[in-house]
Amino acid sequence: MIWNEHKECMSREELRILQGKRLCEMVERVYHNVPFYRKKMQELGLEPGDIKGIDDLPKLPFTTKQDLRDNYPYNLFAVPMSEVVRVHASSGTTGRPTVVGYTRKDISTWSEVVARCLISSGVKKNDIIQIAYGYGLFTGGLGLHYGSEKVGATVIPISGGNTKKQIQLMKDFGSTVLACTPSYALYLAESMEEMGINPKDLKLRVGIFGAEPWTEEMRKEIEKKLNIKAIDIYGLSEVIGPGVSCECEMQKGLHIQEDHFIPETIDPNTLEPVSNGQVGELVFTTVTKEALPLLRYRTRDLTTLNYEKCECGRTLVRMEKCTGRSDDMLIIRGVNVFPSQIESVLLNMGETNPHYLLIVDRINNLDVLEVWVEVEGSFFSDEIRKLESLTARIKHQIESTLGISVKVKLVEPKTIERTEGKAKRVIDKRKI
Amino acid sequence: MIIKQLSVFLENKSGRLTEVTKILGDLGINISALSIADTAEYGILRMILTDTDKAYKALSEKGFSVSLTDVLCLKVPHVPGALAKALEILSKKGISVEYMYAFEVGEQALVIIKTDDIKKSIDLITSNEMELIKASEIDQI
Repeated sequence: MIWNEHKECMSREELRILQGKRLCEMVERVYHNVPFYRKKMQELGLEPGDIKGIDDLPKLPFTTKQDLRDNYPYNLFAVPMSEVVRVHASSGTTGRPTVVGYTRKDISTWSEVVARCLISSGVKKNDIIQIAYGYGLFTGGLGLHYGSEKVGATVIPISGGNTKKQIQLMKDFGSTVLACTPSYALYLAESMEEMGINPKDLKLRVGIFGAEPWTEEMRKEIEKKLNIKAIDIYGLSEVIGPGVSCECEMQKGLHIQEDHFIPETIDPNTLEPVSNGQVGELVFTTVTKEALPLLRYRTRDLTTLNYEKCECGRTLVRMEKCTGRSDDMLIIRGVNVFPSQIESVLLNMGETNPHYLLIVDRINNLDVLEVWVEVEGSFFSDEIRKLESLTARIKHQIESTLGISVKVKLVEPKTIERTEGKAKRVIDKRKI
Repeated sequence: MIIKQLSVFLENKSGRLTEVTKILGDLGINISALSIADTAEYGILRMILTDTDKAYKALSEKGFSVSLTDVLCLKVPHVPGALAKALEILSKKGISVEYMYAFEVGEQALVIIKTDDIKKSIDLITSNEMELIKASEIDQI
Protein backbone atom coordinates (compact mmCIF):
# COMPACT_ATOMS: atom_id res chain seq x y z
CA MET A 1 0.00 0.00 0.00
CA ILE A 2 1.09 3.58 -0.60
CA TRP A 3 -0.07 6.42 1.63
CA ASN A 4 0.28 9.31 -0.81
CA GLU A 5 0.55 7.81 -4.25
CA HIS A 6 0.56 11.17 -5.98
CA LYS A 7 3.70 12.35 -4.16
CA GLU A 8 5.47 9.05 -3.64
CA CYS A 9 5.15 7.82 -7.21
CA MET A 10 5.28 10.98 -9.33
CA SER A 11 7.65 11.00 -12.27
CA ARG A 12 11.17 12.24 -11.59
CA GLU A 13 10.58 15.20 -13.88
CA GLU A 14 7.37 16.24 -12.12
CA LEU A 15 9.14 15.85 -8.78
CA ARG A 16 12.04 18.06 -9.86
CA ILE A 17 9.64 20.79 -10.89
CA LEU A 18 7.82 20.55 -7.55
CA GLN A 19 11.11 20.57 -5.63
CA GLY A 20 12.31 23.57 -7.63
CA LYS A 21 9.13 25.52 -6.98
CA ARG A 22 9.25 24.75 -3.26
CA LEU A 23 12.97 25.57 -3.10
CA CYS A 24 12.43 29.01 -4.63
CA GLU A 25 9.65 29.77 -2.15
CA MET A 26 11.79 28.58 0.72
CA VAL A 27 14.82 30.65 -0.30
CA GLU A 28 12.58 33.70 -0.49
CA ARG A 29 11.33 32.98 3.06
CA VAL A 30 14.70 32.38 4.69
CA TYR A 31 16.26 35.39 2.95
CA HIS A 32 13.65 37.69 4.38
CA ASN A 33 13.00 36.06 7.75
CA VAL A 34 16.34 34.62 8.93
CA PRO A 35 19.15 37.18 9.27
CA PHE A 36 21.69 34.36 9.42
CA TYR A 37 20.75 33.13 5.94
CA ARG A 38 20.41 36.59 4.46
CA LYS A 39 23.95 37.35 5.61
CA LYS A 40 25.28 34.03 4.28
CA MET A 41 23.63 34.57 0.90
CA GLN A 42 24.84 38.15 0.69
CA GLU A 43 28.37 36.98 1.38
CA LEU A 44 28.03 34.68 -1.63
CA GLY A 45 26.53 37.51 -3.68
CA LEU A 46 23.24 35.65 -3.93
CA GLU A 47 19.73 37.04 -4.06
CA PRO A 48 16.53 35.00 -3.87
CA GLY A 49 15.96 35.71 -7.57
CA ASP A 50 19.18 33.85 -8.46
CA ILE A 51 17.57 30.57 -7.40
CA LYS A 52 15.26 29.61 -10.26
CA GLY A 53 14.95 25.89 -9.82
CA ILE A 54 16.41 22.72 -8.41
CA ASP A 55 19.58 23.01 -10.53
CA ASP A 56 20.53 26.13 -8.57
CA LEU A 57 20.60 24.23 -5.27
CA PRO A 58 24.42 23.87 -5.21
CA LYS A 59 24.77 27.67 -5.28
CA LEU A 60 23.26 27.93 -1.80
CA PRO A 61 25.29 27.98 1.42
CA PHE A 62 25.60 24.98 3.74
CA THR A 63 24.28 24.80 7.29
CA THR A 64 26.10 22.88 10.01
CA LYS A 65 25.24 21.70 13.49
CA GLN A 66 27.58 24.41 14.77
CA ASP A 67 25.38 27.02 13.08
CA LEU A 68 22.42 25.71 15.09
CA ARG A 69 24.43 25.90 18.29
CA ASP A 70 25.64 29.41 17.50
CA ASN A 71 22.06 30.48 17.02
CA TYR A 72 20.80 28.81 20.18
CA PRO A 73 17.96 28.61 20.92
CA TYR A 74 15.64 30.34 18.44
CA ASN A 75 17.72 32.54 16.14
CA LEU A 76 17.33 30.36 13.07
CA PHE A 77 13.55 30.25 13.35
CA ALA A 78 11.85 31.78 10.33
CA VAL A 79 8.52 32.48 12.03
CA PRO A 80 7.54 34.46 15.14
CA MET A 81 7.34 32.36 18.32
CA SER A 82 3.57 32.80 18.30
CA GLU A 83 3.52 30.48 15.28
CA VAL A 84 5.70 27.83 16.94
CA VAL A 85 3.60 25.12 18.58
CA ARG A 86 6.38 22.83 19.75
CA VAL A 87 10.12 22.53 20.27
CA HIS A 88 12.31 19.46 20.52
CA ALA A 89 15.99 19.32 21.37
CA SER A 90 18.82 16.89 20.96
CA SER A 91 21.55 16.24 23.50
CA GLY A 92 24.11 19.00 23.44
CA THR A 93 27.84 19.25 23.15
CA THR A 94 29.32 21.37 25.94
CA GLY A 95 25.90 21.93 27.42
CA ARG A 96 24.10 23.50 24.47
CA PRO A 97 21.44 21.32 22.95
CA THR A 98 20.31 21.70 19.36
CA VAL A 99 16.84 23.21 19.46
CA VAL A 100 14.31 22.63 16.69
CA GLY A 101 10.87 24.19 16.32
CA TYR A 102 7.62 23.27 14.58
CA THR A 103 4.63 25.27 13.43
CA ARG A 104 1.23 23.61 13.25
CA LYS A 105 1.88 22.93 9.56
CA ASP A 106 5.31 21.43 10.36
CA ILE A 107 3.68 18.99 12.80
CA SER A 108 1.24 18.08 10.07
CA THR A 109 4.08 17.59 7.53
CA TRP A 110 5.91 15.44 10.05
CA SER A 111 2.82 13.31 10.68
CA GLU A 112 2.40 12.95 6.91
CA VAL A 113 5.94 11.71 6.30
CA VAL A 114 5.85 9.31 9.24
CA ALA A 115 2.49 8.01 7.99
CA ARG A 116 4.06 7.37 4.57
CA CYS A 117 6.94 5.53 6.28
CA LEU A 118 4.62 3.37 8.35
CA ILE A 119 2.50 2.42 5.36
CA SER A 120 5.60 1.64 3.30
CA SER A 121 6.75 -0.61 6.17
CA GLY A 122 3.55 -2.61 5.83
CA VAL A 123 1.70 -1.05 8.76
CA LYS A 124 -2.08 -0.81 8.42
CA LYS A 125 -4.95 1.06 10.06
CA ASN A 126 -5.88 -1.93 12.20
CA ASP A 127 -2.37 -2.36 13.64
CA ILE A 128 -1.55 -1.80 17.30
CA ILE A 129 1.72 0.13 17.52
CA GLN A 130 3.83 -0.05 20.65
CA ILE A 131 6.06 3.02 20.66
CA ALA A 132 9.08 2.28 22.82
CA TYR A 133 11.08 5.28 21.66
CA GLY A 134 11.54 7.89 24.37
CA TYR A 135 8.85 10.56 24.55
CA GLY A 136 10.01 14.05 25.41
CA LEU A 137 12.58 16.38 23.94
CA PHE A 138 13.85 13.50 21.80
CA THR A 139 11.88 13.39 18.53
CA GLY A 140 11.57 9.59 18.38
CA GLY A 141 8.52 9.00 20.55
CA LEU A 142 6.26 11.87 19.52
CA GLY A 143 7.32 11.64 15.86
CA LEU A 144 6.18 8.04 15.57
CA HIS A 145 3.15 8.81 17.71
CA TYR A 146 1.67 11.47 15.43
CA GLY A 147 2.39 9.45 12.30
CA SER A 148 0.71 6.39 13.78
CA GLU A 149 -2.38 8.35 14.72
CA LYS A 150 -2.49 9.82 11.23
CA VAL A 151 -2.51 6.32 9.79
CA GLY A 152 -5.34 5.53 12.18
CA ALA A 153 -3.54 2.73 13.97
CA THR A 154 -3.89 2.17 17.72
CA VAL A 155 -1.00 3.70 19.63
CA ILE A 156 0.47 2.36 22.86
CA PRO A 157 2.60 5.32 23.99
CA ILE A 158 4.69 3.32 26.44
CA SER A 159 7.93 5.26 25.78
CA GLY A 160 11.35 3.70 26.47
CA GLY A 161 12.55 1.44 29.27
CA ASN A 162 10.69 -0.76 31.73
CA THR A 163 11.40 -3.89 29.72
CA LYS A 164 9.25 -6.36 31.66
CA LYS A 165 6.22 -4.11 31.35
CA GLN A 166 6.91 -3.66 27.63
CA ILE A 167 6.76 -7.40 27.16
CA GLN A 168 3.75 -7.86 29.40
CA LEU A 169 1.75 -5.20 27.54
CA MET A 170 2.94 -6.46 24.18
CA LYS A 171 1.36 -9.77 25.11
CA ASP A 172 -1.78 -8.48 26.83
CA PHE A 173 -2.58 -5.65 24.39
CA GLY A 174 -1.70 -7.69 21.31
CA SER A 175 0.84 -5.25 19.85
CA THR A 176 1.46 -5.96 16.17
CA VAL A 177 4.10 -3.29 15.53
CA LEU A 178 7.08 -2.35 17.66
CA ALA A 179 8.90 0.96 17.23
CA CYS A 180 12.21 1.39 19.07
CA THR A 181 15.97 1.32 18.52
CA PRO A 182 17.25 -1.91 16.95
CA SER A 183 19.46 -2.65 19.95
CA TYR A 184 16.50 -2.33 22.28
CA ALA A 185 14.54 -4.71 20.03
CA LEU A 186 17.23 -7.33 20.52
CA TYR A 187 17.29 -6.67 24.22
CA LEU A 188 13.52 -7.19 24.34
CA ALA A 189 13.94 -10.49 22.48
CA GLU A 190 16.44 -11.74 25.04
CA SER A 191 14.32 -10.59 27.94
CA MET A 192 11.38 -12.51 26.47
CA GLU A 193 13.50 -15.60 26.42
CA GLU A 194 14.34 -15.10 30.10
CA MET A 195 10.68 -14.57 30.94
CA GLY A 196 9.77 -17.76 29.10
CA ILE A 197 7.72 -15.94 26.47
CA ASN A 198 7.90 -17.26 22.93
CA PRO A 199 7.74 -14.40 20.37
CA LYS A 200 5.77 -16.74 18.12
CA ASP A 201 2.91 -16.59 20.61
CA LEU A 202 2.81 -12.80 20.28
CA LYS A 203 1.02 -10.91 17.53
CA LEU A 204 4.07 -8.85 16.65
CA ARG A 205 4.76 -8.75 12.90
CA VAL A 206 6.62 -5.52 12.03
CA GLY A 207 9.39 -3.55 13.71
CA ILE A 208 10.17 0.10 12.89
CA PHE A 209 13.74 0.57 14.02
CA GLY A 210 15.97 3.60 13.87
CA ALA A 211 17.83 6.33 15.77
CA GLU A 212 21.09 4.39 15.61
CA PRO A 213 23.17 2.61 12.97
CA TRP A 214 22.65 -1.12 12.56
CA THR A 215 23.81 -3.82 10.20
CA GLU A 216 22.17 -6.36 7.91
CA GLU A 217 23.39 -9.06 10.32
CA MET A 218 21.57 -7.37 13.15
CA ARG A 219 18.44 -7.17 11.01
CA LYS A 220 18.56 -10.91 10.37
CA GLU A 221 19.00 -11.60 14.05
CA ILE A 222 16.09 -9.38 15.07
CA GLU A 223 13.84 -10.84 12.37
CA LYS A 224 14.66 -14.36 13.48
CA LYS A 225 14.44 -13.79 17.20
CA LEU A 226 11.24 -11.74 17.19
CA ASN A 227 9.70 -13.42 14.16
CA ILE A 228 8.97 -10.07 12.48
CA LYS A 229 9.93 -7.95 9.51
CA ALA A 230 12.49 -5.36 10.66
CA ILE A 231 12.28 -2.02 8.84
CA ASP A 232 14.89 0.74 8.97
CA ILE A 233 13.62 4.27 9.53
CA TYR A 234 15.89 7.32 9.39
CA GLY A 235 15.65 10.87 10.54
CA LEU A 236 17.28 13.64 12.48
CA SER A 237 15.66 16.33 14.53
CA GLU A 238 17.30 19.15 12.57
CA VAL A 239 15.54 18.00 9.40
CA ILE A 240 12.25 17.04 11.13
CA GLY A 241 12.80 13.91 13.24
CA PRO A 242 12.12 10.29 12.32
CA GLY A 243 10.44 9.93 8.94
CA VAL A 244 12.97 11.68 6.71
CA SER A 245 13.37 8.33 5.02
CA CYS A 246 12.28 4.76 5.54
CA GLU A 247 12.49 1.38 3.87
CA CYS A 248 9.58 -0.13 2.03
CA GLU A 249 8.73 -3.80 2.25
CA MET A 250 11.39 -4.56 -0.38
CA GLN A 251 14.02 -3.58 2.20
CA LYS A 252 16.33 -2.31 -0.54
CA GLY A 253 17.19 1.17 0.64
CA LEU A 254 15.33 3.92 2.45
CA HIS A 255 12.96 6.11 0.42
CA ILE A 256 13.59 9.77 1.14
CA GLN A 257 10.50 11.99 1.37
CA GLU A 258 12.01 14.11 -1.35
CA ASP A 259 9.12 16.47 -1.93
CA HIS A 260 9.88 17.80 1.58
CA PHE A 261 13.58 17.13 2.05
CA ILE A 262 15.87 17.45 -0.96
CA PRO A 263 18.92 15.22 -0.55
CA GLU A 264 22.40 15.69 -1.95
CA THR A 265 25.54 13.67 -1.35
CA ILE A 266 28.79 15.61 -1.16
CA ASP A 267 32.47 14.98 -0.61
CA PRO A 268 32.96 16.12 3.01
CA ASN A 269 36.37 17.58 2.19
CA THR A 270 35.80 19.41 -1.08
CA LEU A 271 32.06 19.96 -0.45
CA GLU A 272 31.50 19.13 -4.14
CA PRO A 273 28.67 16.74 -5.07
CA VAL A 274 29.80 13.14 -5.54
CA SER A 275 28.64 11.27 -8.63
CA ASN A 276 25.58 9.06 -8.42
CA GLY A 277 26.13 5.82 -6.60
CA GLN A 278 29.25 7.08 -4.82
CA VAL A 279 29.44 7.32 -1.04
CA GLY A 280 29.09 10.88 0.17
CA GLU A 281 27.91 12.95 3.09
CA LEU A 282 24.16 13.33 3.10
CA VAL A 283 22.89 16.91 2.93
CA PHE A 284 19.26 18.00 3.23
CA THR A 285 17.37 21.12 2.24
CA THR A 286 14.01 21.26 3.99
CA VAL A 287 11.84 22.97 1.42
CA THR A 288 8.47 22.87 3.18
CA LYS A 289 9.40 23.48 6.79
CA GLU A 290 8.16 26.77 8.26
CA ALA A 291 9.66 27.13 11.75
CA LEU A 292 13.18 25.90 11.06
CA PRO A 293 13.90 25.73 7.34
CA LEU A 294 17.48 24.63 6.71
CA LEU A 295 19.50 25.18 3.56
CA ARG A 296 21.81 22.31 2.70
CA TYR A 297 22.12 20.91 6.21
CA ARG A 298 25.17 18.69 6.57
CA THR A 299 24.05 15.53 8.39
CA ARG A 300 27.57 14.03 8.59
CA ASP A 301 26.00 10.68 7.76
CA LEU A 302 27.65 8.82 4.89
CA THR A 303 25.51 7.04 2.33
CA THR A 304 24.81 6.57 -1.38
CA LEU A 305 21.72 7.62 -3.33
CA ASN A 306 19.91 5.39 -5.78
CA TYR A 307 17.50 7.12 -8.19
CA GLU A 308 16.18 3.96 -9.86
CA LYS A 309 12.49 3.27 -9.54
CA CYS A 310 11.79 0.78 -6.77
CA GLU A 311 9.90 -2.51 -7.23
CA CYS A 312 7.36 -1.16 -4.73
CA GLY A 313 6.30 1.48 -7.26
CA ARG A 314 7.73 4.48 -5.48
CA THR A 315 9.91 6.86 -7.47
CA LEU A 316 11.37 8.52 -4.38
CA VAL A 317 15.15 8.24 -4.25
CA ARG A 318 16.54 5.57 -1.97
CA MET A 319 19.47 6.05 0.37
CA GLU A 320 21.49 3.11 1.53
CA LYS A 321 21.69 2.29 5.23
CA CYS A 322 24.16 4.83 6.64
CA THR A 323 27.61 3.33 6.58
CA GLY A 324 29.41 5.76 8.82
CA ARG A 325 30.02 9.35 9.73
CA SER A 326 32.21 12.08 8.35
CA ASP A 327 32.90 13.33 11.88
CA ASP A 328 33.69 11.55 15.13
CA MET A 329 30.13 11.44 16.46
CA LEU A 330 29.05 8.18 18.05
CA ILE A 331 25.48 7.08 18.46
CA ILE A 332 25.14 5.23 21.74
CA ARG A 333 21.73 3.92 22.70
CA GLY A 334 20.24 6.43 20.28
CA VAL A 335 22.07 9.34 21.90
CA ASN A 336 24.58 11.43 19.95
CA VAL A 337 27.95 11.48 21.66
CA PHE A 338 30.98 13.49 20.61
CA PRO A 339 34.34 12.60 22.20
CA SER A 340 34.89 16.34 22.70
CA GLN A 341 32.00 16.38 25.21
CA ILE A 342 33.91 14.01 27.46
CA GLU A 343 37.10 15.95 26.94
CA SER A 344 35.51 19.18 28.11
CA VAL A 345 34.06 17.48 31.19
CA LEU A 346 37.52 16.21 32.14
CA LEU A 347 39.16 19.54 31.39
CA ASN A 348 36.69 21.31 33.63
CA MET A 349 37.43 18.90 36.47
CA GLY A 350 41.21 19.03 36.65
CA GLU A 351 43.87 21.42 35.53
CA THR A 352 45.79 18.84 33.56
CA ASN A 353 45.14 17.92 29.98
CA PRO A 354 43.34 14.62 30.34
CA HIS A 355 44.07 11.55 28.31
CA TYR A 356 41.01 9.44 27.83
CA LEU A 357 39.69 6.65 25.69
CA LEU A 358 36.10 5.76 24.91
CA ILE A 359 35.34 2.10 24.52
CA VAL A 360 31.96 1.37 23.04
CA ASP A 361 30.68 -2.15 23.01
CA ARG A 362 27.41 -3.94 22.64
CA ILE A 363 26.88 -6.30 25.55
CA ASN A 364 23.63 -8.30 25.69
CA ASN A 365 22.49 -6.11 22.79
CA LEU A 366 22.81 -2.90 24.75
CA ASP A 367 25.39 -0.29 23.94
CA VAL A 368 27.86 0.16 26.75
CA LEU A 369 30.21 3.11 27.04
CA GLU A 370 33.35 2.80 29.10
CA VAL A 371 35.55 5.83 29.66
CA TRP A 372 39.19 5.24 30.50
CA VAL A 373 40.91 8.14 32.17
CA GLU A 374 44.65 8.23 32.74
CA VAL A 375 45.50 9.00 36.35
CA GLU A 376 47.93 11.85 36.10
CA GLY A 377 48.86 14.95 38.01
CA SER A 378 45.91 16.37 39.88
CA PHE A 379 43.89 13.20 39.30
CA PHE A 380 46.18 11.06 41.46
CA SER A 381 45.86 10.63 45.19
CA ASP A 382 47.39 8.01 47.47
CA GLU A 383 44.01 7.40 49.06
CA ILE A 384 41.55 4.92 47.55
CA ARG A 385 38.68 6.93 49.00
CA LYS A 386 39.72 9.98 47.01
CA LEU A 387 40.26 8.01 43.81
CA GLU A 388 36.85 6.43 44.22
CA SER A 389 35.19 9.76 44.77
CA LEU A 390 37.06 11.09 41.72
CA THR A 391 35.73 8.18 39.65
CA ALA A 392 32.22 8.87 40.92
CA ARG A 393 32.51 12.58 40.12
CA ILE A 394 33.78 11.93 36.59
CA LYS A 395 30.96 9.44 36.06
CA HIS A 396 28.35 11.85 37.34
CA GLN A 397 29.63 14.77 35.27
CA ILE A 398 29.80 12.75 32.07
CA GLU A 399 26.38 11.23 32.66
CA SER A 400 24.75 14.58 33.25
CA THR A 401 26.36 15.97 30.09
CA LEU A 402 25.59 13.03 27.82
CA GLY A 403 22.38 11.79 29.38
CA ILE A 404 23.46 8.15 29.26
CA SER A 405 25.14 5.99 31.85
CA VAL A 406 28.85 5.28 31.55
CA LYS A 407 31.45 3.21 33.31
CA VAL A 408 34.60 5.07 34.33
CA LYS A 409 37.88 3.25 34.70
CA LEU A 410 41.10 4.81 35.96
CA VAL A 411 44.19 3.66 34.12
CA GLU A 412 47.92 4.30 34.34
CA PRO A 413 49.49 7.12 32.35
CA LYS A 414 50.52 6.21 28.79
CA THR A 415 48.04 3.33 28.71
CA ILE A 416 46.21 5.01 25.89
CA GLU A 417 47.95 4.57 22.61
CA ARG A 418 49.36 7.71 21.00
CA THR A 419 49.80 7.64 17.30
CA GLU A 420 52.00 10.41 15.93
CA GLY A 421 51.47 12.35 19.12
CA LYS A 422 47.74 12.28 18.67
CA ALA A 423 45.81 10.00 20.95
CA LYS A 424 43.25 7.59 19.62
CA ARG A 425 40.05 8.54 21.40
CA VAL A 426 37.53 5.90 20.46
CA ILE A 427 37.47 2.14 20.16
CA ASP A 428 34.13 1.00 18.84
CA LYS A 429 33.81 -2.74 19.29
CA ARG A 430 30.22 -2.85 18.07
CA LYS A 431 30.04 -4.41 14.67
CA ILE A 432 28.11 -1.67 12.95
CA MET B 1 59.75 13.43 62.21
CA ILE B 2 57.71 13.54 59.04
CA ILE B 3 58.47 10.73 56.66
CA LYS B 4 57.94 10.98 52.91
CA GLN B 5 56.06 8.03 51.55
CA LEU B 6 56.10 7.35 47.83
CA SER B 7 52.77 6.24 46.36
CA VAL B 8 52.42 4.68 42.92
CA PHE B 9 49.24 4.09 40.93
CA LEU B 10 49.16 0.57 39.51
CA GLU B 11 46.60 -0.99 37.27
CA ASN B 12 45.76 -4.59 38.04
CA LYS B 13 47.91 -6.04 35.31
CA SER B 14 50.42 -8.76 35.88
CA GLY B 15 54.01 -7.62 35.95
CA ARG B 16 53.43 -4.04 37.05
CA LEU B 17 54.65 -4.55 40.60
CA THR B 18 57.66 -6.46 39.31
CA GLU B 19 58.50 -3.53 37.07
CA VAL B 20 58.40 -0.98 39.89
CA THR B 21 60.46 -3.07 42.26
CA LYS B 22 62.96 -3.81 39.50
CA ILE B 23 63.43 -0.12 38.74
CA LEU B 24 64.09 0.53 42.42
CA GLY B 25 66.40 -2.45 42.73
CA ASP B 26 68.45 -1.39 39.71
CA LEU B 27 68.96 2.02 41.28
CA GLY B 28 70.10 0.46 44.55
CA ILE B 29 67.10 1.77 46.43
CA ASN B 30 65.96 -0.32 49.34
CA ILE B 31 62.33 -0.69 50.37
CA SER B 32 61.98 -0.20 54.10
CA ALA B 33 58.26 -0.70 54.27
CA LEU B 34 55.56 -1.41 51.71
CA SER B 35 51.84 -1.89 51.45
CA ILE B 36 49.32 -2.18 48.65
CA ALA B 37 45.77 -0.95 48.79
CA ASP B 38 43.75 -2.68 46.13
CA THR B 39 40.42 -2.28 44.38
CA ALA B 40 38.90 -4.35 41.60
CA GLU B 41 40.71 -2.43 38.89
CA TYR B 42 43.75 -0.77 40.36
CA GLY B 43 45.97 -0.60 43.39
CA ILE B 44 48.04 1.98 45.19
CA LEU B 45 51.51 0.92 46.12
CA ARG B 46 52.81 2.79 49.17
CA MET B 47 56.48 2.59 50.11
CA ILE B 48 59.03 4.00 52.49
CA LEU B 49 62.35 4.02 50.65
CA THR B 50 65.98 4.67 51.34
CA ASP B 51 66.09 7.28 48.56
CA THR B 52 62.63 8.64 47.96
CA ASP B 53 63.59 11.54 45.70
CA LYS B 54 65.60 9.38 43.36
CA ALA B 55 62.79 6.83 43.19
CA TYR B 56 60.23 9.57 42.56
CA LYS B 57 62.26 10.93 39.66
CA ALA B 58 62.97 7.51 38.14
CA LEU B 59 59.36 6.29 38.34
CA SER B 60 57.93 9.56 36.97
CA GLU B 61 60.32 9.36 34.05
CA LYS B 62 59.13 5.83 33.36
CA GLY B 63 55.59 7.18 33.15
CA PHE B 64 54.17 6.05 36.47
CA SER B 65 51.76 8.24 38.40
CA VAL B 66 53.56 8.88 41.67
CA SER B 67 53.03 11.17 44.60
CA LEU B 68 54.72 11.98 47.87
CA THR B 69 52.74 11.87 51.08
CA ASP B 70 53.63 12.88 54.62
CA VAL B 71 53.33 9.98 57.02
CA LEU B 72 54.63 9.15 60.49
CA CYS B 73 56.45 6.10 61.74
CA LEU B 74 55.46 5.26 65.26
CA LYS B 75 57.46 2.88 67.40
CA VAL B 76 55.50 0.91 69.97
CA PRO B 77 56.48 -2.06 72.13
CA HIS B 78 55.58 -5.38 70.52
CA VAL B 79 53.14 -6.32 73.30
CA PRO B 80 49.36 -6.73 73.41
CA GLY B 81 47.50 -3.46 73.81
CA ALA B 82 50.35 -1.18 72.79
CA LEU B 83 48.86 -0.14 69.45
CA ALA B 84 45.44 0.41 71.01
CA LYS B 85 47.01 2.74 73.54
CA ALA B 86 48.78 4.71 70.85
CA LEU B 87 45.71 5.03 68.66
CA GLU B 88 43.59 6.09 71.59
CA ILE B 89 45.80 9.13 72.09
CA LEU B 90 45.00 10.23 68.56
CA SER B 91 41.32 9.32 68.46
CA LYS B 92 40.61 11.07 71.77
CA LYS B 93 41.74 14.30 70.15
CA GLY B 94 39.61 13.73 67.08
CA ILE B 95 42.38 12.73 64.71
CA SER B 96 41.40 10.18 62.08
CA VAL B 97 43.70 7.56 60.65
CA GLU B 98 43.48 7.52 56.84
CA TYR B 99 45.47 4.29 56.59
CA MET B 100 48.35 2.47 58.26
CA TYR B 101 50.60 -0.51 57.85
CA ALA B 102 52.84 -2.13 60.40
CA PHE B 103 55.56 -4.66 60.90
CA GLU B 104 57.37 -6.04 63.93
CA VAL B 105 61.09 -5.85 64.55
CA GLY B 106 62.01 -8.05 67.49
CA GLU B 107 60.61 -6.46 70.61
CA GLN B 108 59.39 -3.38 68.82
CA ALA B 109 56.70 -2.79 66.26
CA LEU B 110 56.82 -0.03 63.68
CA VAL B 111 53.61 1.53 62.43
CA ILE B 112 53.50 3.71 59.33
CA ILE B 113 50.51 5.93 59.80
CA LYS B 114 48.76 8.57 57.75
CA THR B 115 46.42 10.83 59.70
CA ASP B 116 44.29 13.77 58.69
CA ASP B 117 46.48 16.11 60.76
CA ILE B 118 50.14 15.20 60.75
CA LYS B 119 51.44 18.17 62.82
CA LYS B 120 48.91 17.68 65.60
CA SER B 121 49.65 13.95 65.59
CA ILE B 122 53.36 14.60 66.09
CA ASP B 123 52.64 16.88 69.04
CA LEU B 124 50.34 14.39 70.65
CA ILE B 125 52.62 11.42 70.19
CA THR B 126 55.76 13.14 71.43
CA SER B 127 54.03 14.77 74.39
CA ASN B 128 52.74 11.34 75.40
CA GLU B 129 56.25 9.96 75.50
CA MET B 130 55.92 7.76 72.51
CA GLU B 131 58.60 7.48 69.95
CA LEU B 132 58.56 8.56 66.32
CA ILE B 133 61.18 7.20 63.99
CA LYS B 134 63.01 9.30 61.41
CA ALA B 135 63.17 8.12 57.86
CA SER B 136 66.89 7.50 58.06
CA GLU B 137 66.43 5.30 61.11
CA ILE B 138 63.83 2.90 59.76
CA ASP B 139 66.36 1.05 57.72
CA GLN B 140 68.58 0.51 60.71
CA ILE B 141 66.11 -1.10 63.04
